[in-house]
Formats: sequence, C-alpha cells, structure tokens
Amino acid sequence: MARKRTIQAINDAIALEMERDPRVILFGEDVEISLFGDTKGLRDRFGPDRVRNTPICEQVMTAAAVGAAAAGYRVICHMMYGNFLYTGFDAIANQAAKLRYMTNGQVKLPIVFMAVIGAGRSAAAQHSDSMHPTMMNLGGIKVVMPGSPADAKGLLAASVRDDNPVVFLQAAGRGGESGEVPDGEYVVPLGVAEIKKPGTDVTLVAIGSMVRPALRAAADLDGEGISVEVVDPRSLVPLDEEGIVASVRRTGRMVVADEARRTCGAASEISARVSESCFGILKAPVERVTVADVAIPYSPPLEKAVLPDEGRIAEAVRRTLRWGARP
Amino acid sequence: MEIPDREAALRLYRGMALIRAMEERLGVVQKGGDLPGPVHLYVGQEAVAMGVCAHLDDSDWIASTHRGHGHFLAKGGDPGAMVAEIYGRATGICGGKGGSMHVADFKRGILGANGIVGGGIGIAVGAALAAQLDRKGRVAVAFFGDGGANQGVVMEALNLGAIWKLPLVLVCENNGFSEFSPTATVTAGSIAERAHPFGVPGVIADGNDVVDVWRVAKAAVERARKGEGPTLVEARTYRTRGHVETEVTFLSTSYREESEVEAWKARDPIVAHRAWLLTQGATAAGLAGVDRDVATIVEAAYASAAAAPWPEASAAFEHMFA
Repeated sequence: MARKRTIQAINDAIALEMERDPRVILFGEDVEISLFGDTKGLRDRFGPDRVRNTPICEQVMTAAAVGAAAAGYRVICHMMYGNFLYTGFDAIANQAAKLRYMTNGQVKLPIVFMAVIGAGRSAAAQHSDSMHPTMMNLGGIKVVMPGSPADAKGLLAASVRDDNPVVFLQAAGRGGESGEVPDGEYVVPLGVAEIKKPGTDVTLVAIGSMVRPALRAAADLDGEGISVEVVDPRSLVPLDEEGIVASVRRTGRMVVADEARRTCGAASEISARVSESCFGILKAPVERVTVADVAIPYSPPLEKAVLPDEGRIAEAVRRTLRWGARP
Repeated sequence: MEIPDREAALRLYRGMALIRAMEERLGVVQKGGDLPGPVHLYVGQEAVAMGVCAHLDDSDWIASTHRGHGHFLAKGGDPGAMVAEIYGRATGICGGKGGSMHVADFKRGILGANGIVGGGIGIAVGAALAAQLDRKGRVAVAFFGDGGANQGVVMEALNLGAIWKLPLVLVCENNGFSEFSPTATVTAGSIAERAHPFGVPGVIADGNDVVDVWRVAKAAVERARKGEGPTLVEARTYRTRGHVETEVTFLSTSYREESEVEAWKARDPIVAHRAWLLTQGATAAGLAGVDRDVATIVEAAYASAAAAPWPEASAAFEHMFA
C-alpha cells in the first residue's frame, strides 16, 4: 500500500497491463505528452509501436480500436474528454457494441475506451457531460466508473483484461485525489459493488464522482444520528444489483447520487430495479440526486447550482427518513 | 502490361460467375418472398471484389459494406453459410443474427459487411494497424462505395494511414449511385484524387475490367505489404440492379434512365472477361464446365439454406458479451 493520486494509480495499471501482455496497445490524442498524466512515460517505456499519438480523429480512432481488437490486439483507446465519445460514437454504438452479437460470437473485442467525465471545472457543456447512461443503454458495452484511486487501478486492470468493449470513465478534476492504493498487480472484478461505509438507516448509492461527497454527507448525517450505508457500484454494466438490493433490504430506504442528467440516468435504472425487487419493504420512495435536464453551464455559481453536492445528498437522505412522519 | 496467369485468370472468371449466379438467384428468391429482410445485390460490380481479393489470403483482412455478398464470396466465404444467413437460419454464418448486411467470417479475415455506410473503413484501419504490429506482411482492405467516399472518416483514414504508413488499401467502388442519388449530384471532384493531398496514391481502375482491377490492386497490395503505406483505388463501375431489391415497391419515380442501365449491361464484366479468356487460350467447353460447377454450388447453397432450421429463440439472448 502507498498513498497515491488517482492519475498515478491509472498510470500504474496501464503500465502493469502493458508489461503483462505484449498485445496491449494504447493510442489516443496526445497520449505521449499526456494531458492528464495518466499515460505519462508510457511511450518511452513501451515504444512507438504500442503507444501512439493519434491525430484528432475520433471517428477513425474508435473504429480502429474495433479493427485492431478484432485482429487480435487488446486496445486502450484514450478518448481524452468523455464528450468526445460522442464524436466517435458510430464505432462505439454501431460497431463495438454489436459486432460480436451480429456475428454470433465469432469475435472478441477487448477494448477500453477511457475518458474523463463530469463537471466542476468551468469547462462548459462540451467538456463536462457524464454520458455513462448513454453507454449503459447500448447493451454491448461495459461501463466502469471508479470512485477512488485504488478502484481506479483495480478496475482498469480488470477492464483491460476483459474480452469485451469497456468504457472506463474517470471523474474529471478528481485525478489529484489521493488514497491508499495496493502495490503491484491489483484487480477489482467488474460487477462487484463495494460498501464504502456501513450503515443501517438508508442505503446511499453513489456513482463515480459522487462517492466522495456521499461519504462526506454520510459523516455529517452520523452527527445527526442518521446511519447511512454508502454503496459504490463501481461498474454500471455489469451492475451488482444483488449487492445493492441486499443493502436496501437491510435499510429499507435508498438514495442514488449520480452526476448524469435525470432522465434515463443511471439513478433511474438503479431506482427502477430496486423498486421492482424491494417494493414491499421500502419505507420511503427512492430518491434520486442528479443533475437536472440541463447542459452544464460555465460560470461557477451556475455550475454549482446544477451539480449534486453533499448538501443536496444529505437533504435527500433526510427526506427519506421524514417520509410518512406527521409534520 | 502485367496480366494474371492462366490459372489466376480462370479463378477470376469462376469467382465472378459464382457471385453473379448467387446474387441473381437471391433476386429471384427475394421476389418470391422467401427472405426476411432487405438485400443489396452486387450484380455488375463483380470484377472489383475478385480483382482485389485475388491478391489476398485468409490472413489478410477485408471490411465490407451493405452490398457485401461479393466481397464475402471473393474472400473465400462459404456460399451455403452466406445464403443460410440471408435466410435467417441457424446454420447461417452468423447464426441468423446478422443477415445480409452483416455476413462475416473472421477466420477468413472477413471483418464483416456493414450496415453503416463507411462503417468498415475505420475498422480496416485498425486491422491494418494490427497487421503492421504483427510484421507478417498482412494487409487490410476497406471496400466502400462512392456514397461512403463522402463520409468524413475517409479523410481521417487517409490521414492516419499516411502518417502511420499502414498496410491499408482503400477500395472505393464507384457504382454511380449513393443509394438513389446519382454520384455527380452529391460528389464533388474526383474520388481518387482525394488521396493526393495526403501523399497517398489515388488510382483509378476500370471496375468493369477484372484484369485492370487485378493489376491496380496488385500494385496497391504489394505497396502495402512492403510497408510503403496506403493506396486509394477508385474502381469505376455500375450497379445494374437497384440499391435495394425492394426499391420498386416504394420509389414513385425512377432515378436513372433505362438506356444508361442497358449501356452498362453491354459492358458486363463477366461477358468481357470471358471473351478475353477465349483470346488467351481458354476454350468455350472449359468455361462451360466452370459455369456448370458454379451452378451446382449455387443449387446446393440455396437448397441447404431453404431446408435449414430457424434459430432457437434462446439464441437471441446470447453473444452480447464474451
């Protein structure tokens, strides 16, 4: 164990996987100089065959990832900002998500499309989206969202080793956050949620960037005598429905915090599944804390107004406890 | 001018005859209501698939288009498994889950037909990258039409292919139409010349002359194998059948003159190659034997497909993930 920043944990994971498997290749815009630091030093270490800058050409990048994977490589396609996944969306949605299915399982497509997502840096609407719900709905794409440096390392290793297309989405502006990260090879399997903090009154599901504010909210609520269990799904496809449901069965209440927009968000899906399995034991309606159905604005007070924070999360938790009580 | 040797020239004839007979039969069964989905036939363009794929083997890659049956067969795909796929049967090459627009056989380097116009181009770029890293002299070929040539990804592919010197051959089959729009009404300038600013050779082949396609493709494939980078080949040909077989049922007016279709039919690539073979020592009896072999393969392919079982419903829920 060592205390590391998320970016360093990601860099370590890529390097370890490239060392482990010579068929892992990495390409993307400016991966050699590394805008975020996550691919820093890899070109020098693994050479120009395996680590390559691409031009700015998301359409061909995403499609080339599909072609190189179909032809036997394990591809890490660095998309920089998550919004650029939209620019390269045809190959993600029409090719990567479907080629295996359409061809009756003839091909494996081990691809990681990695990007940073989310708001909080005045990067405005075209660099701040959280598009994991869009990816979840494609069907053939795994969606991974680390909420801590250790998970970033372990989940990325699992993503690279996975034989399917994976979208690995790290919260923008959180790369500098540090935490204890296991040394050496470290793999966190996809589809296993983690209880980040145990509690008995409310299950608080927090996705990606929402894990830290959820933990802060839970700490504040502890002071009010409210015991919150914070659950991080860590991957949304596959989703650890069993783990989330088990927690809700213990607490009888659920709040989901997610930085995506409200309509058809990850929070909507988790809320629907829990409502289906836990209707009889829910003590209050499920609460969703999300971005409203607006684009992410630039000006700091506007951006703050749309983003879920610990205050909004805590208030949603309190509402579930007040529900049904006499005023 | 270099020409294929006698055996190779006969293989070109045989391949074109097979594609033609398979496709014409498909037109017949489509009219008979035997196919669940739409089909886009390759009739008239056979010289392009054969002239290019003659230079490839199973370890090379092709990415194809919605009009992909010819490429599939030219690359060695199994005719029976292809027809069964188009019939939507369990024995289809994709178990009935892809259909006409998605016939693929990865073991033979066929990365798949593609329902997205231009969708295969970037996939071929990735296969070319893999081929370059493998250092075994493999190449990747992207087939696309004049319609696909207007997708932005072509420019991205030319640029990346040139920068990385990828073993890539971009084959534009200019068949005169982007679906129902005549090429000249939607396409500025010359498609082949679009390669030139990237320092990539852009070469025109007579897409109705299989020997010319063979010659142009040979140079492009050799250049790619030697590590000298991509080539754009524009094969000028003509789609003598419709964009899609059902178009007569939904189009209220014609988008081309019958005289134009007839003029191109008079330049039939198979008839022309047959005539040329006869000047090169082939005999009418020998070619008739090839035609009989082809007819036997076609009969067997359609008979087995029509008799094949439908897939089990449970198969619909398989193979999303590895």
